[in-house]
Amino acid sequence: MATRVPERLAEAPPGKPMGSRRRAVRRHLVHQLDVKGSPYAYVAPFFLLFSAFGLFPLVYTAWVSLHEWTLLADEQPFVGLENFRTLLADDYFWNATFNTLSIGVLSTVPQLLLAIWLAHLLNRPLRAQTFFRVTLLLPNVTSVVAVVVIFSQLFGRDFGMINWMLSWFGVGAVPWNEGVATSHVAISIMIMWRWTGYNALIFLAAMQAVPRELYEAATIDGASEFTQLRRITIPMIKPTIVFVVITSTIGAMQVLAEPLLFGVYTLTGGVDRQYQTLALFIYENFVKLDLGYASAISWMMFVFIVVIAGINYLITRRSRGGLV
Amino acid sequence: MGMPRPRFLAPMITAVALTVSVAACGSGGTEASGQAGPGAPAEKIKLTVALFSDFHYAPLYEEFKKTHPNVEIVERRSQFNDHHTNLITQLATGAGAADVVAVEGGYIGAFTPSPEKFHNLKDYGLDKRQGEYLDWKWQLGVSNDGSSLMGLGTDVGGLAMCYRPDLFKKAGLPTDRDEVSALWPTWDQYVETGKKFVAADVAGAKFTDGPGEHFRAMVEQAPVGYYDDQYNIIAGTNPEVRKAYDMGIRMIEEGLSAKLAAFTPPWNTGIAKGTFATMVCPAWKTGTIKDQNPGEGAWDIAAVPGGGGNQGGTHLMLPKQGKHPKEAAELINLLTSKESQIKLFKEASALPSLPALYDDPAVKDFVNPYFGNAPIGKIFTDAAKALKPQKVGPKAGDILKAFGDGLQRVEQGKQNPEEAWAQALKDVGRIK
Repeated sequence: MATRVPERLAEAPPGKPMGSRRRAVRRHLVHQLDVKGSPYAYVAPFFLLFSAFGLFPLVYTAWVSLHEWTLLADEQPFVGLENFRTLLADDYFWNATFNTLSIGVLSTVPQLLLAIWLAHLLNRPLRAQTFFRVTLLLPNVTSVVAVVVIFSQLFGRDFGMINWMLSWFGVGAVPWNEGVATSHVAISIMIMWRWTGYNALIFLAAMQAVPRELYEAATIDGASEFTQLRRITIPMIKPTIVFVVITSTIGAMQVLAEPLLFGVYTLTGGVDRQYQTLALFIYENFVKLDLGYASAISWMMFVFIVVIAGINYLITRRSRGGLV
Repeated sequence: MGMPRPRFLAPMITAVALTVSVAACGSGGTEASGQAGPGAPAEKIKLTVALFSDFHYAPLYEEFKKTHPNVEIVERRSQFNDHHTNLITQLATGAGAADVVAVEGGYIGAFTPSPEKFHNLKDYGLDKRQGEYLDWKWQLGVSNDGSSLMGLGTDVGGLAMCYRPDLFKKAGLPTDRDEVSALWPTWDQYVETGKKFVAADVAGAKFTDGPGEHFRAMVEQAPVGYYDDQYNIIAGTNPEVRKAYDMGIRMIEEGLSAKLAAFTPPWNTGIAKGTFATMVCPAWKTGTIKDQNPGEGAWDIAAVPGGGGNQGGTHLMLPKQGKHPKEAAELINLLTSKESQIKLFKEASALPSLPALYDDPAVKDFVNPYFGNAPIGKIFTDAAKALKPQKVGPKAGDILKAFGDGLQRVEQGKQNPEEAWAQALKDVGRIK
């Protein structure tokens, strides 16, 4: 200590004003960093996790898709776009794409119409409101495996309940999981069962934000219930509708568990691939450990989802002008 | 700033220390088993055994510990398919495999091309046991290039034909199991019997569940199946495969099939309610039938057409990752010994793979009251003895699925037999 003090004193005369200025600059920098930098620090955890579990797999999948990559082989030769070339010429890929779109439309459209109708029914003073709302959400918290197993039994050919009920009307035993149309309908019903209530609750939340006065005025003007739904409710909750349409579309593009477990655990979606979806097609090739090809399919599916989400975005922008 | 630092550092240091010590243990183990071996009996060793169901090994572990007091055995079980796909991943990534793994017959072909991933049991003197085994069972555990002995067999799944005496009676067919066996020494005669059953028009019942399992049995009875001696896929050109396929088509066209795929819920219901009268029956399927509770004596067991057969059965193998191959080899030697196999037959109905045991009264005279006192010990071991070895390639399961799907497409009226055959070959061609 004793020796250091004189040193500091000796340096002090020229250094003192500079030292305080430096300190001020430093304080300013720290402040700047705090203001400009700390928000990034706050959001960093998400982006770090996203990079590790979202971005990195995405990029790495693209890298893998350019290789002939099987897990057991010792080397993974680079093949460029060969996997994509094979994929675009692969009947089974287009079959899976068709099935995905078909099941997507069959499940999403009636589901959203039904959800709006259910939300509309619940958007009025009711006894035991919470009970009804919780009931709506129940199918969604049920395990998807349980849902598919139960529905597979309902749709059974020989001893299924649905065929039993159809037999009252003289309809013969329908082999639900054999045909293209029948299997798509059956799978769509499973998806609707799980998601209609969930979407109805989102619609309900949006509907509750619609001012009551509009309905009162409409009632005074003599507008019917249906007209009120069509002319007031739907235009007022349009942004929510678009949101739900987009999330449901993305969900429908990724359907996996239902076709995987429908009837019997099957990677090909039936013996004629009649209900193999894109996600299941990826899984099939993944299980075969053909990781390069599975990655290529994953990227094609990603492109499809981006395109469809983009179309929906355009619809959003257009419809924004029409809102109240 | 004083307090947080140690609090943060302490776990870090502990973690690093642990990692180092674990690594040290690991490498120490290698040395011990690689060189010292019996010279260091006091060293504590842990062996993990990975199985896909309860093999009833617990008492045998205790027996092993009597001679190896320093060995601790930990068993882990997972679901059948997961167990095998996990093993593939563990071998590919080089970490996580158990010291002893069970590999079932349907999957073993996926591993025998890669002897470098497993310890060679010849190095531990286990090749001396070849004489005890059924030849085909022994060959399944040998690597494709013949250089390495990769696995020792545990049980086999001898093949039979299960049938319903009540439905046979309604159709005017014999019901005694020896007479039923005499109806169908060949598959042709089996189909002819089916035609008689159809002609009798038994209400609500077909002759059999579906042609898929029959196809499988027929191909596996042939001297050459989907692969040739060099493990090239020859499914499309092997006349035996086409013959089996055509037999399957005949069963469909003659109306014998209830159009039920095996192991589906409606198939289970069919077993219980008797919507079909016969099905191909490996030894372990008797358990499946009993689970559906069709009633005592509802199903009986006769010989399978075509002379013998096998489905399933397991081998025990030692992945190269294991640090204690010597002890592990001694363990599987014990688990597959004559004494153990006879115990496991009594305990868990696991059919032995050592033919010397087939004359043991415990096996020969074993009857199952649930199947009308059928002498299942004799029926299933006769079938296992009659089987000839066949080269099983890595993708045999996928190839079987391609043809099975083809038969079902015909059954469901989606395609004619030639279209379905062509698509099945196309699917086989996609297999890499």
